[in-house]
Amino acid sequence: MSAWPGPATVTSVVGAAQVFPDAVIEKPANECIVITGLRKSFGSVKAVQGVDISIARGETVALLGPNGAGKTTTIDVLLGLQPPDSGSISVFGRSPARAVQEGLVGGMLQVGSLVRDMKVRELVAMVAALYPKPLDVDKALEMAGIDEIANRLTNNLSGGQVQRVRSAIGLVGDPELLVLDEPTAALDVEGRRAFWASMRGVAASGKTVLFATHYLEEADAFADRVVLMARGKVVADGTPTEIKANVGARTIRATLPGSDLAVLGSLPGVSVAEVHGDGIILRCSDSDSALRALLGRFSDARDVEVHGGSLEEAFIELTGEEELEAAQ
Amino acid sequence: MTAITYARYDMRRLYRNRRFLIFTIGFPLLLFLFIANSNKDVKLEGIPFPVYYLTGMMAWGTMNAVSAGGGIISFERSVGWTRQLRITPLPVGAYIATKVATGYVLACTTIVVLYIGSVTVPVHLTAGGWLLMTALVLVGLPPFAALGVFLGHAVKPDTLGPALGVISSIFALLGGAWFPLSTSGTLYDVTKLLPSYWLVQAGKAGYTHQVWPLEGWIVLVVWTMAFTVLAVRAYRRDTGKV
Repeated sequence: MSAWPGPATVTSVVGAAQVFPDAVIEKPANECIVITGLRKSFGSVKAVQGVDISIARGETVALLGPNGAGKTTTIDVLLGLQPPDSGSISVFGRSPARAVQEGLVGGMLQVGSLVRDMKVRELVAMVAALYPKPLDVDKALEMAGIDEIANRLTNNLSGGQVQRVRSAIGLVGDPELLVLDEPTAALDVEGRRAFWASMRGVAASGKTVLFATHYLEEADAFADRVVLMARGKVVADGTPTEIKANVGARTIRATLPGSDLAVLGSLPGVSVAEVHGDGIILRCSDSDSALRALLGRFSDARDVEVHGGSLEEAFIELTGEEELEAAQ
Repeated sequence: MTAITYARYDMRRLYRNRRFLIFTIGFPLLLFLFIANSNKDVKLEGIPFPVYYLTGMMAWGTMNAVSAGGGIISFERSVGWTRQLRITPLPVGAYIATKVATGYVLACTTIVVLYIGSVTVPVHLTAGGWLLMTALVLVGLPPFAALGVFLGHAVKPDTLGPALGVISSIFALLGGAWFPLSTSGTLYDVTKLLPSYWLVQAGKAGYTHQVWPLEGWIVLVVWTMAFTVLAVRAYRRDTGKV
């Protein structure tokens, strides 16, 4: 999935955050973003309530969470658009404002449209002029898949085209850190695929990419690390595989004619058993023990499959727990 | 250099918006040609009417043009463009300076268009008169540039047009840009406290060769400072929001 080496980092353990015992806890040598104890409220709404995130150079990190989780606020503070109430943020060892000023940061905000009465190419060239070492404008247009509409006026573009122009604007400065807030919200399936293909190119060139999303598949497919947020806190932080492995329950499916539901349910590591004709489904708290016991007891069990939990299950479990906690 | 390239692109797009240009630049020209041509041989306050009316339309037109520059900020805020620019290396000061410069480019265009129009009437002034008038008008515009930046941050795009229109009309009317006002009494005392009055006087200097007295300079500086303070406060309020 990722084309570059990097340390597996699970750095954040805040409040109810999920701890992964098998994960390597290691301070990245070359830090891109360090957020410590970030808090931000708007009136009585506590948008972010103590967030710690540390991201190394070259990582591709998904900030995943439901609406209202605090993703956009975290990104706004990271980009210097909002001052934090408390906590510290450094980007390449500088303040966010300084990093932005030096052209180290590029981004695509969640909401936004384009100014009117400009050709697409002019608009991208205008932004390129602001950065110290921008990409070639034509290259940025090509990466964003808008080279064909380069001479169209911005006034009459479709939602998807606007989104692509906005991504070209984020890319053209060739920033070391690219921050994307819900970048594919207005794109169709094809547009999404093209977008992530160009982002892979950016990530492969050693840039750091942080993107907020509520699309689980995007986080799973593109990020080498997922920071899961809910209600203004980080609730899990690790690789997609780690999060799925440690949170989502595994399922064993097999063909076993004439099996007894009660016996299956009492096997070690099995939490719930189901029998559908000759097929059985075991939902497991410990799939390794359950599998050993199943094969030991029933030598005629065949077509055995073990499924890992999905990121969606992890998402619901982790963000749902938070909701329960908040309700109590 | 980079901010200059940015500013060039930013101004180029303004000249694609024909409707905006016609309203901002064309309307004062039209009024001037129509009214000056119908009163060619009249004298007002000892000044030939075409000159008198040129100064009025120039004050009103440049006032509108220069504040339109800052007013553009309102449109760029509403589509999220200012937020996008805040995450680029463009400093906020350079962004606002570009809008003020845009306003000045529009104002200069207004002046040039009026001068070309005035040749057809014709208006007779000495070379020194044209130069002094132009220079003083440009020097008299900062209060209105700051007003534009203030409204650009304080007002939504759909209210910007009416707000600028009403405010500049009041300034133009009370400053004597549209028609002569009495030169004595309480109204005159109030009038002399307005930056638009001195903008109209700047135009008349083309004929009278009289630069503003100290009073005029003070009025301009105070209004510039007042609108700048309002602009800074509106900017802070705007960017403090989500």
